[in-house]
Order: sequence, then structure tokens, then C-alpha cells
Amino acid sequence: MNRRILFEMNSVYRDSFRVAGYVFGHGEKSACIIGAMRGNEIQQLYICSQLVKRLSEIENAGGIKKGKSVMVVPCCNNYSMNVGKRFWPSDNTDINRMYPGYHLGETTQRIAAGIFEEIKDYQIGLQFASNYISGKFLPHVKIMETGFEDLEMAKTFDFPYVILRKPKPYDTTTLNYNWQIWETKAFSLYTASTDAIDKETAILAEKATLAFLAKQNIIEYNHKDIYDTKVLCENDMIPVKSDVSGIFLPEKGHDDLVSKGDILANIVDPYEGHVIRQITAPCKGRIFFVQDKTLLLSNALVYRIIKED
Amino acid sequence: MIEYVSKMALPVGEEFHIMKNRLTPDMLTGKEKRISIVTGTHGDELEGQYVCYELLRRIKENQKHLTGIVDVYPALNPLGVDTINRGMPLFDLDMNRIFPGDANGTMAETVAADIIDDLKGSDLCIDIHASNIFLKEISQIRINEISKEKLVPLAKRLNIDYIWVHSTATVLESTLAYSLNDIGTPTLVVEMGVGMRITKEYGNQLVDGIFVAMKDLGIWDGEVIEPKEPIISKDGNVHFLNAAVSGIFVTKASHCKELQKGEHIGNIVNPLTGMVLQKIYSPCNGLLFTLREYPVVNEGALVGRILERKV
Ligand SMILES: [Zn+2]
Repeated sequence: MNRRILFEMNSVYRDSFRVAGYVFGHGEKSACIIGAMRGNEIQQLYICSQLVKRLSEIENAGGIKKGKSVMVVPCCNNYSMNVGKRFWPSDNTDINRMYPGYHLGETTQRIAAGIFEEIKDYQIGLQFASNYISGKFLPHVKIMETGFEDLEMAKTFDFPYVILRKPKPYDTTTLNYNWQIWETKAFSLYTASTDAIDKETAILAEKATLAFLAKQNIIEYNHKDIYDTKVLCENDMIPVKSDVSGIFLPEKGHDDLVSKGDILANIVDPYEGHVIRQITAPCKGRIFFVQDKTLLLSNALVYRIIKED
Repeated sequence: MIEYVSKMALPVGEEFHIMKNRLTPDMLTGKEKRISIVTGTHGDELEGQYVCYELLRRIKENQKHLTGIVDVYPALNPLGVDTINRGMPLFDLDMNRIFPGDANGTMAETVAADIIDDLKGSDLCIDIHASNIFLKEISQIRINEISKEKLVPLAKRLNIDYIWVHSTATVLESTLAYSLNDIGTPTLVVEMGVGMRITKEYGNQLVDGIFVAMKDLGIWDGEVIEPKEPIISKDGNVHFLNAAVSGIFVTKASHCKELQKGEHIGNIVNPLTGMVLQKIYSPCNGLLFTLREYPVVNEGALVGRILERKV
């Protein structure tokens, strides 16, 4: 294992800002794994820390294939993490909306450029990401349809789902999008949680990542696939929204199977205690996503359901 | 008349709403032109607050000259204004990156769709921004180069100092101005002053210009000023000055000054050691149209922008 500083920036009063990468093996830049880009991506940080631990064991046992190398970057934003902010401490910008970055630009553009310079030449790029709508998800691989996406490779990842997303204008400055533009096969990986650790899906992600690297002939690792991975377009999932605001009391959670008409959640009047709205399942299916805010805004997306017949 | 552009219940005993004030002539013919003044998308930008107030005050003082419709939207992001938040509280994305919105989307997207719906069809829309809390700007209009033919002539009437025609970027396709221009509602983006403050001179200057535009459109028939001739430039003539080190920025030159090449703009210092970490000089002869207002800088932070002038 070789720990390298990929980017460093001084501060007047804080310790220097550093982004560290852990490199395993020698030779071609085979795969790069990125963890937390935002200050609340604790689950993403944790998964990468476990990968650093496991890859070092694998490397010590001679399990990194000759001529291949893997880099893990557990955290691109410890400055925000240490002060409890999701975005950059001073100007609140999002590093993940600054790619490919600009060396002569503003602070977070420089950070993005510094990181991107070090990771853009990898053949495969994996990013443990979080969504802008917070909640619990079924584990999935997300790929953006840029014309360079590799659906077949995504399907070899032992997660239950691969989700295809059509990029929106605000996606064009994310790492995933730019990795693909620079011809890295990029996959965003989502597990159940962000701010808190969900151990079960963290272990799932760790094993699936190692198995994926083994399938790409980068490391040695024994794994028997659990899932028959299904491909879905983001828009194929059935969104369930709440037209009212109030206190959100879920009755069903992610991964639950529901029938049409089942009560998914109750929205309660915060002053008078009665149920304002019962949210029911519009179809039979499996809950892919449930939002996690207790106080619900109106029109909020509360569930996404994968329709089953 | 105060009208609601968007309404929604917040979770605990409060209604969210965006308001506008519509002024109309006493007798309506149905053929009136409409100008819309919008501001407060970024909750920490307050220069537009004064512009809205002053514009309404002057119209009401001379109501007889009003011959068209004036719609004033002082706070597109009322919760942001109230909480001193640039964005919408509880929403991750910049509100100016979600237009044209989605009537079936999240609360923020629904609100964005309501705003577009209300503004579309205006004969001119002016979206007033105030930089951010870090930088002070001279009064300027920023125009995407794809719409320069249509917008530069309109912008020249607004009595501002500078028109910056900038190159296109995919990420900017989701701004309010882009979305409105895209559906044929001419929209100008004004940037002036600094976040969290009001600079009355800029406000008055722009209000004078808005009356000129209103007169051009047939919305006002009172006396107006002769607008000043703005400087017009493209990206290539703008130099960006970014901090090479982290520290505290202390200015030497004043904002809006014509600089000579090599002139001292300011220093980045370290208050812990008493040392100057970086001296910043002008790379060219030109106008210092952007100057840092907020002293703390991280490496990369913008400290100024200069519009190069060939002498
Ligand atoms: Zn703004």
C-alpha cells in the first residue's frame, strides 16, 4: 500500500486541506474508487475505509494482479466533515458540481481539478455517492447515458439494480459525467444510507466492489454472486408523492414488498394530531427508495417503487 | 395589487408563498406591454430589494404616466431571504439551477415552474442579482452569447456601466434567465453591488434605466434620463485574479478604478505571523470591476476581475 497526497492546500488557521489516495499494486491505472465528496457522506467514507483495509490484506497476500493498480480515495472533503457541513465550509459550493475543475479557478474548482488530474486516467472509476434527495435506497449502480456508458460492465456488479439516468444540465459538472467524457468507465454506487452507517449494505458494497475488481481481472478474490442484477431506467420507477405537508410516519420501508392500495405512510397534522393523508401504494412492487425527513414538504417525493406484476 | 405567484403549505403551521405586486394604468385597453422585475433568487443578495422599493415608490408618485403593466417580484426565494441563505433552505441545489422547473417535481421544482409560468409573456424581464457576500461588482448585465443580438440593444438602455457577453455552458441552461429567453421572454441578468448590503447609488442608477426601458416599451410616458453608454466586452478581455495562498485579503486599490499595469491591488497577509504572503498587482491596464469584499480567502478565492483596456 502506498499512501499519496493527491491534493494539498494551506489554510491560515486550520491544518492543511489534504486529499489522500491509497494505491495498491503497480502498473496500469486499472480502477479508482472515490468515497466522500461531501461532508455528510459518512457511509461512503466508511465503505472506502473498509476497502483500504481489505485491499491491503489482499495486496499482502499477493492478490493484486501483476501490472494492475487500484487507488482508493476515502475522502475528498474532510474540511466539511470536521465542521458538520455538507458543502465547502466558506462558500457552500459542492465539489461534486465542479468537475472537471479548473487549476486557476476558485477554491473548489481547484480541488476538483487537482483530484481529477490524479484520477482521470483510470480505466474504471467507481464513486460511492449520495443523492440530493436524502433517504434510504436499495443498493444500486447508477450510470449516466452519455454514449460512453458500459451497461454490460455495470451488470457484473453484484448489486440488485443498475439504474440508467438521462443527464440533466446540472449533472454535467459531476465527477461521474466527466469521468465518462474523459473515457473512464464510470459507475456511481449507492447504498442504503449517507449520514449514518448502514452496516449491512456497507458490507454488501465492500464485497461487491472486490468481486467486481476480480471480474475485471485486477485482483484475486473469491465471491459467489447473490443477485441477478436488473436494469431499470430511473423514469421507469413509480414515484409516490405527498401533496400535503406535515409529520411523516412511514409504515413501509425500503426493500418492502407492497400490494396496490397498501398504506405506505401517514402524514399527520403537526398541531391537531389527526392523519391528513394516507399515502398508499399505486401498484404492486418493491420499495426502492423512501425519503427520511420527519417534517415533510408538500409535493415531496416520498417513495419510489419498482413495479412488479 | 399584491398577487400570489406560488403557494404551498409548509410542514408546521405556515404557508409558503411568493408574492408580486402588479401596477397597472387606471384604464386598461388589454394591449398594454408588461415589464417584470424579479430579484431574490439568491437569498443573500439584497441590492434588488432597494430597486423594487424605489421603482414602486417613483411610479406611485407619478401614476398618471403609467401606460403599461409593471410586475415586481421582490423575493423569489423568501425563505432564503429570511434565513440569510443563498439557496432554498432544505434544498441542495442552487435555485438558479432548476429552471424551468417541473409542476410534478419537488417543492422547489414546482415553485420554479410557477415562477416561469407567471413571468412568461412579459415583454421584458429584469432579473436582479447582487454578486455574493464575497465580491463587489460594478453595475453590469451578463448576456449569454447565444442571445446577444436580441439582448445587447435592450441592455444598453438600462443605464448600467458594463455589459459582459459570456460564453455558453451547459450548466447555465437551467437558470431563470436562460429558461425565459428560451421561451421567447427577453430576460436580462443584472449583477451589481455586493451580497447582504444595499448600495443606493447602484440602485438609483438602475431604477433610472428601468424607466428608460419602460418608456421604450410604451409602459411609461413621463420624463426619463439619457442612459449612459456601457462598456461592452467578451470573456477574452476579462482577467481573473485568484488568491495564490490562503490568508486575509487587505485591499489597496479601490473598486471601479481604472488601473495601470503593475498597480498594487492588495495584499494577502497572515495575521498570526505579521507577514505579507502575496502582493497582488494588476496584470494589465484596465477597469477593476470586481473586487473582493470579504477578507478571508482560501487558495483560489477570487480577489478581483479586471476588464483590460487597450490604450
Ligand atoms: Zn445571484
